[in-house]
Amino acid sequence: MTNRLSVTKTHKLLIGGAFVRSESGRSIETTDASGMPAHLCQASRKDLRNAVEAARGAFGGWSGRTAYNRAQILYRLAEMMEGRADELRAATIEKAPATRAPAKRTAKKSSKKKTSKKTIARRTPAPKVHEFDEVELAIDRLVAFAGWADKYEQVIGGKNPVAGPFYNFTSPEPTGVTMVVAPDTPPLLGLVSLIAPALCCGCTVVALASEASPIPACLLGELCETSDVPAGVLNILTGFRAELVHHISVHRDIDAVLAANLDEESGAMLRSGAGENLKRVTVKKLTPRQWRDPDECETPALIERVVEMKTIWHPMAT
Amino acid sequence: MNIDAELELKMREGDAPSASEAPEPDSIAPDLGPAHEPAPPVVHELRFGNAWEYSPAPETTKVEIAKSYGHFINGRFSEAGADTLDTVNPATEEVLSKVAIAGKKDVNAAVRAARTASEKWAALPGAERAKYLFRIARRIQERSRELAILETLDGGKPIKESRDIDIPLVAHHFFYHAGWCDKLHYAFPGRGRGQVKPHGVCAQIIPWNFPLMMAAWKIAPALACGNTVVIKPAETTPLTLLRLCEIFEEVGLPKGVVNVVCGAGETGALLSQHPGIDKLAFTGSTDVGKILAKIASERGIPITLELGGKSPNIIFADASIDQAVEGIISGIYFNQGHVCCAGSRLFVEEPAADEVIEKLRIRMQSLRVGNPMDKNTDVGAINSKMQLEKIEHYIKIGQDEGAQLESPTSADLPGKGYFCNPCFFTGVQPGHRIAREEIFGPVLAVQTFRTPSEAIERANATPYGLSAGVWTNKGSKMFDMARKLRAGVVWCNTFNRFDAASPFGGYKESGFGREGGVHGLRAYVKG
Repeated sequence: MTNRLSVTKTHKLLIGGAFVRSESGRSIETTDASGMPAHLCQASRKDLRNAVEAARGAFGGWSGRTAYNRAQILYRLAEMMEGRADELRAATIEKAPATRAPAKRTAKKSSKKKTSKKTIARRTPAPKVHEFDEVELAIDRLVAFAGWADKYEQVIGGKNPVAGPFYNFTSPEPTGVTMVVAPDTPPLLGLVSLIAPALCCGCTVVALASEASPIPACLLGELCETSDVPAGVLNILTGFRAELVHHISVHRDIDAVLAANLDEESGAMLRSGAGENLKRVTVKKLTPRQWRDPDECETPALIERVVEMKTIWHPMAT
Repeated sequence: MNIDAELELKMREGDAPSASEAPEPDSIAPDLGPAHEPAPPVVHELRFGNAWEYSPAPETTKVEIAKSYGHFINGRFSEAGADTLDTVNPATEEVLSKVAIAGKKDVNAAVRAARTASEKWAALPGAERAKYLFRIARRIQERSRELAILETLDGGKPIKESRDIDIPLVAHHFFYHAGWCDKLHYAFPGRGRGQVKPHGVCAQIIPWNFPLMMAAWKIAPALACGNTVVIKPAETTPLTLLRLCEIFEEVGLPKGVVNVVCGAGETGALLSQHPGIDKLAFTGSTDVGKILAKIASERGIPITLELGGKSPNIIFADASIDQAVEGIISGIYFNQGHVCCAGSRLFVEEPAADEVIEKLRIRMQSLRVGNPMDKNTDVGAINSKMQLEKIEHYIKIGQDEGAQLESPTSADLPGKGYFCNPCFFTGVQPGHRIAREEIFGPVLAVQTFRTPSEAIERANATPYGLSAGVWTNKGSKMFDMARKLRAGVVWCNTFNRFDAASPFGGYKESGFGREGGVHGLRAYVKG
């Protein structure tokens, strides 16, 4: 009836519990699920550093909570996802990348010369729906790891029968700040599958969203802020991998990296971070079938990638 | 109120040096010379007279209770019928409701419903079964106030305990076990996904001391592993479990997965001997446990038992005595002493005995005994008239045996209801019945010891082996004691701690099997 103009949305970064624009002032144009134009922030090196700082700051509190409490918070997040499943589902409909990555890191400089419009013209290819419901799987995966929070220690830790009068036991502790680099696809399931193992054991996370479909990650960030997830525990960046993987790799306050389905170059760059500060780097390569497979993606082996085993000795004698 | 009434800091035993300045008893200084006279214990006591009386703080939320309750079979509440038992509020002796007694027909129907539901429930993917348990946990949290009040009305425990301990643990158990549903193959290494099989129909019989908590400890792991359940609450405390059935309905738990039959011992006998059950689980007295163990062995079905105890609580002189006294209090007076793992035998190292007993005396004076619905109450009502009589009988036995009874808590007990002032006995000999038999009430037997090995020997000299407490600030001694104590749970510098992730259960005649943690799953899977 009326020609009402809709309100379009700018998806911001989530850093330290606040939704912020990139400090660089850069944004990326894209389309949302309904084909409406939307804007995303293009995270910079400084945004990454800010996010890592926020994650570091939140680490003591998050890892210091009881496992039961972390479990309940992750379950709460799953509850919130279920409530907004339709919106998430619409956002995860696979599109050809609507954004174009800058070929080199020099893109930032050259962009100054360009007009403010940095993206290519929006292409609107026929949306391709996944052959599986990514949102349902993502919710169930989060619930699965909510369950792991207060169980994985009993499965991968234990008492050691040392040959002496000592109580000796080994139990895992979260390693610290984990950087998650989500795959392009599946954008939501991929992201959740990588953040959940880290969050459940007490790591705090900086996640770089799928480059091809970043909006589900932005929505997940909004859900975090209404699910008792403390500020800084999960930080979400959108932007270009080609620009950020190098900075991730050399950042000395990132303790671990969980990534999947990256191109060769990005994967190698992240792995080289082990040589910088002995980051625990895991770059997985998973097929669509494997993303769905709980034996592949809901195993405590993933949690083991982001924990340190601590052994405690104590004498026993009268 | 007379605020400037007597407010007196009294120092007992004169002007002796403070405990921290006293020489260590096991000091190895070379020039000790003649035996050093140990400094008399110094006990400070704050006396406020009646300046700071507690105002009543009653929990006033109303909870609806029906006039009568039937059973919950195949997802449906039945009518109570003519054959009923009264369930009584032990704090007021008023009848809360009439509850049906399950006969052969009811038990048959319940087992049949559980059998029918079994196949589908076990075949449900773990992650889907999990969601039911998560939902149950959430609804328990949402209805926790109501459940806590009902628990206190029906069982007599202080509202602060049902509100802060029982009901949160109930939700915790469902939440924790929900997470196991899809992870069972990680709990049993060497078995693949789908190779961890449930028993089928589990018959479960639970006691009156933690009515809903015991139900959760039984139902949650059974369901997580894919079993279906027929459970019988104690005849004096059926109301909260029946309320939990409403939650099962609310969350859409499939019919027949959990069935509740109410009644007393006869119903329990019918259920435990029913040919349709695949597994038996019982929490209660060792005497009944032995009968059930025999039944299960004849039938060749697995059984888990969580039975009685006479748990030692051992205080060394090098412990933080004030904390230890708090541990003694929570060890024996928590839940009116109706705790199978209660620290009912106190062993104090001789040099500390006078100080510990004096501090215990003082601490007990501030215990508030009475109306369980008052939020300040520490010790509520004894669960039933029968139990009160049993406790009073044991107190008499203790006196007749020559032990000295002390009951420093000076509260005037309410005129109605079943109440018992918390008390302890000194001068207890190891052979005394109050030092050997489970009383299941707020009665503590105090004994002393001289060496760690003597403490171990006497602590272990019991047919029971449920729990033990050790209080010392020396870590190596603590772990050594923990290793040598023949008990399923050893609390070091704490007591009566429970958690869904922590296995609980006993050695020897305190039963077999564990509840909670990864180890608790074992009882509910085949092989």
